[in-house]
Amino acid sequence: MFDGLSLYGRYVAASIRSQMQYRASFIMLTLGHLVATGTEFLALWALFERFGHIAGWTLPEVALFYGLASVSFAISEGVARGFDMFAPMVKRGDFDRILLRPRSTILQIGASEVQLMRIGRFGQGLIVLLWSASALNVTWTLARILLLLWTLCCGAALFSGLFVLQATSAFWTTESLEVWNTLTYGGVETAKFPLSLYEDWFRKFFTYIIPLAAVTYFPALAILDKTDPLGTSRLFQSAIPLGGMVFLGVALLLWQVGVRHYHSTGS
Amino acid sequence: MTAQTLLRGWRGYRAVMSARLREMLQYRTAAVAGMVTQVFWGLIHLMIYQAFYRSTATPQPMSLAETVDYIWLVQALLLLMPWRTDVEIQDMIRTGNVAFELAKPADLYTLWFARILGGRAAPMLLRFPLIYGMAALFFGLRLPASPAAAGAFVLSVLAAFLLSSAITTLMTISLMWTLAGDGVARLTATFASVLSGSIIPLPLFPGNLQRVLNLLPFRGLMDVPFRLYSGNIPLSAFPRELALQLAWALTLIVLGRVLLARGMRRLVVQGG
Repeated sequence: MFDGLSLYGRYVAASIRSQMQYRASFIMLTLGHLVATGTEFLALWALFERFGHIAGWTLPEVALFYGLASVSFAISEGVARGFDMFAPMVKRGDFDRILLRPRSTILQIGASEVQLMRIGRFGQGLIVLLWSASALNVTWTLARILLLLWTLCCGAALFSGLFVLQATSAFWTTESLEVWNTLTYGGVETAKFPLSLYEDWFRKFFTYIIPLAAVTYFPALAILDKTDPLGTSRLFQSAIPLGGMVFLGVALLLWQVGVRHYHSTGS
Repeated sequence: MTAQTLLRGWRGYRAVMSARLREMLQYRTAAVAGMVTQVFWGLIHLMIYQAFYRSTATPQPMSLAETVDYIWLVQALLLLMPWRTDVEIQDMIRTGNVAFELAKPADLYTLWFARILGGRAAPMLLRFPLIYGMAALFFGLRLPASPAAAGAFVLSVLAAFLLSSAITTLMTISLMWTLAGDGVARLTATFASVLSGSIIPLPLFPGNLQRVLNLLPFRGLMDVPFRLYSGNIPLSAFPRELALQLAWALTLIVLGRVLLARGMRRLVVQGG
């Protein structure tokens, strides 16, 4: 385990060093990401300026959703983005090389594409989250802070699980399927607002098929101390983020099945 | 220049444009997948705006129906945005193969502009009818406010197309200074996406910000044609808006030519 972690660290360091070769460009890119996500929040602020609230939710409340979604997605991009870029690897036959190395495929793929500029999204999400935490009218007890951190971890696990599933599908299709972006990037976009705003079929999809509600909506209710119209208990709301971890677990199992199914393209 | 040489020149650029167009038409599966993603995106925004409009009784500068038209047109014409630089020109600049471009008996700026125009027309032609059709049939996109508004919309989209290509060409030329990195280009794309109205419709921004937005070229990319479509901008304002779009396109084209000439003067190509 420790050995694996240190190897992961080396992969990340190598990746960072290679990106730092174009320093000016790197700074611009990071800045670009920060500005991109920053202006997006500015747009959100403009909407609240005009409409006041959205179905009773205030800007600091929505900012909590926004921050939770952004930060957990940024973490998953940090650890699992390699899976997002995996399909071309199958196509080129490069996965053969990975299989030859006496290390876990999960570790090697996950660390293969750590993009430092993504720190922009992380930073911006964190700023929004901290702003929301101070603007909200809640007392930050230890339990609440722990719940927040727990939610972030589980959220990151859920998004990583989606990346892994996306990569796994490439074992069968060889082509990369852009449709997966609907679930990964579309998922973050969806999670930036309380799920109760969406239409019924949409909400059900992101609750039962992809357990996005488990890592955003329910724990956020507990953090905000709001009563759930569905009548779930606080205990349920605090425990359900575990669903994100389970989702990742299932995705990794499927990945193993996929690896066994793998036939090289032979190029 | 005689009429004949002019004609011959135009044929060359047209060939470049149509070759690029046909090349891009090959990627049909990618287009369908991209379309699904975009319809999904539009749906999320649709539901959020519906919730916002339900939450207020105050009249807004844009009605919900106009906003719905706007967000679907953003998705259908998303490729109007100057998203990224031309990958092949970028490679040429990095490897130094750009020197070969100089050997071609054509004006370099026009050549690149034609390439960029063709490269973006194809995916747009593929996606627009599909997304437009789906949104109009199932998700509340209305027809243009009037036949005249439809005409104004089409002309304004064409102007937006020129403007967007001028911005992209400018972004591509900027690579001659930053070489491998496309940081400047991406930063421009980011700003353009907010300032054009593709994130939220520009009329929904606070009033004092509107004044700044009106001074910039980016609203000509999306905001102007989409509001003409729904009648949010009256037809009487159309000639002025179109002239403004074209003036910006022209300005950026001239700027691009000047920068390109400068870049070429300082270009040093390694032999070998």
